[in-house]
Amino acid sequence: MTENVIEVRGIRNQFGRHIVHDGLDLDLRRGEILGVVGGSGTGKSVLLRTIVGLNRPVSGTVQVLGQDVSKLSGPAREALERRWGVLFQNGALFSSLNVRENVEVPLRAVPDLPPDTRAALAELKVSMAGLPWIANDKFPSDLSGGMKKRAGLARALALDPEIVFLDEPTAGLDPIGADAFDRLILELRDSLNLSVFMVTHDLDTLHTCCDRIAVLAEKRVLTTGTMAEMLKVDHPWVHEYFHGPRARAATASDRGGKE
Amino acid sequence: MASQSIEPELTASVTDGALRLRGDFIIWTLDRLPAGAADAKVIDLTDVARLDTAGAAYLTGRERDGVTLQGLNEAQAGFLDTVRKSRPQPEPAPAEQTGWRAICENTGRRVFSSLSFLRELAEFLGRFLAAILRSIRHPRDFRFTSLVYHCQETGLRAVPIVALMSFLIGVVLAFQGASQLQRFGAEIFVVDLIAIAVLRELGILLTAIIVAGRTASALTASIGSMKMNEEIDAMRTLGLDPDMVLVLPRVLALIITLPILGLIADVAGLAGGALMSWIELGISPSMFKYRLIADTNVDHVIVGLSKAPVFALIIGIIGCHAGMKVGNDAESLGAQTSSAVVNAIFSVIVADALFSIFFAEIGI
Repeated sequence: MTENVIEVRGIRNQFGRHIVHDGLDLDLRRGEILGVVGGSGTGKSVLLRTIVGLNRPVSGTVQVLGQDVSKLSGPAREALERRWGVLFQNGALFSSLNVRENVEVPLRAVPDLPPDTRAALAELKVSMAGLPWIANDKFPSDLSGGMKKRAGLARALALDPEIVFLDEPTAGLDPIGADAFDRLILELRDSLNLSVFMVTHDLDTLHTCCDRIAVLAEKRVLTTGTMAEMLKVDHPWVHEYFHGPRARAATASDRGGKE
Repeated sequence: MASQSIEPELTASVTDGALRLRGDFIIWTLDRLPAGAADAKVIDLTDVARLDTAGAAYLTGRERDGVTLQGLNEAQAGFLDTVRKSRPQPEPAPAEQTGWRAICENTGRRVFSSLSFLRELAEFLGRFLAAILRSIRHPRDFRFTSLVYHCQETGLRAVPIVALMSFLIGVVLAFQGASQLQRFGAEIFVVDLIAIAVLRELGILLTAIIVAGRTASALTASIGSMKMNEEIDAMRTLGLDPDMVLVLPRVLALIITLPILGLIADVAGLAGGALMSWIELGISPSMFKYRLIADTNVDHVIVGLSKAPVFALIIGIIGCHAGMKVGNDAESLGAQTSSAVVNAIFSVIVADALFSIFFAEIGI
């Protein structure tokens, strides 16, 4: 059993009278890619925001790399933030900076890093994220959706974090682009030894990338397990999700690919 | 593992041209390389526990200079391979023009863009007029609710600030005028001074400037954020004309409310002037009123208020045009908003100067 880099215990999130999570537990193990799925409005993004500390839960604890996120402040929190990277849904790039400068933003936290080294490292990350050289000088408004996501990934990976949070990384990408993004995530996981927390609806991504899948329903994590285990779950929503027409197509193509 | 990442450790030593690294060779420890590191011919990595992209980038860079890397474990070698493969390939940037040609080109572009800005404004004015004609022909297309809402936003909500500002201007004029006119014993002419200055120029001009700051920015920001959100494109695909739905009610509301605001400003300015004349010069309000009615031609009010619809049109067209020019990044929204306010205020003052010349020529 490998160690857990994220341990979520008994989270309760509530907006007014609307309870999003109630007694939610979830683990992310080192080096795995965890796919989080759930219907619209089941609080997948809220969960992600809770783990990275953008949203304070009503009760429960979130331990990331052995530290309680809600209790950290000041330098300790900054140190922890440097050990994770977040890719928001639309990249959340700073629109007044070009791609290279966007990736340089986290690198500025490193003291005594010469500007040319910083720029070279940023360019390396941009290239590792699969963007061409000319993208460096482009501004976010000039990039397509897929390129924005890649640039956002380059920024999330700038400081070689141990954990990466991806919010619907392949949503809005064409199948070829989504497939390339999946392979990129796998490749980066293997070479950088990342642990990946991925919110996704893309069944192909779940098939190709994810080591484990967590299903969010009924205000908690209904079940976790591998794709094969998911197919055996009896819950009606889970069954519908993994056995629906789209799922069958994804499973079929997956099998076809393996044979 | 956790403690490692918080305090990265790197010990490096150079012996016989070989650089020996031990510990974490990562971005936080890159600057701890010893002085002789740059001359080393061999780098021994046997004891490196952690290697990140920054460290790998350094190593691949040294490798290209002919340095031999030793003692990499399998995972690190694989990682170095990944970094080596994704080394960015610089492409030559397009050659930039230099010297006087570039200066000429830049000047030309700027002149051209300011000319096309004027052309676009004229086009926008034309579209606004076309929208008015259309709503006369098809009154059902006209958004009456929207017009009332914008009258409230740009008119009613601006009343307190406009009235207060104008009142204070009246006070200042009376105070300054009184101290000058007292020297000639011509205190009573302070009434004429205030009446002409406020009714003819200041009341409406300052109201227009306040409204330009308040409403032009709001117009640009609201239309601009709709533009960023692709709402305007959505309207077009739904068969709604943005000129009819967005521009017409907003500009028309300004044209309706600015004269009213100007009138309120006139009254408030006179009230402020009357109060100060009473306090400073002992001119009683009834005396002020008598002097005002007897000596001040009503033409001044007409001249002042006749400018209001034109100012309103300028503010509205510039504000809406800037909103439509917003691109899809947040920065252009800010830039357009501030340029809308500056352009609107500047144009209002220029128009006021032209009006002065015009009225002087026709002798009102």
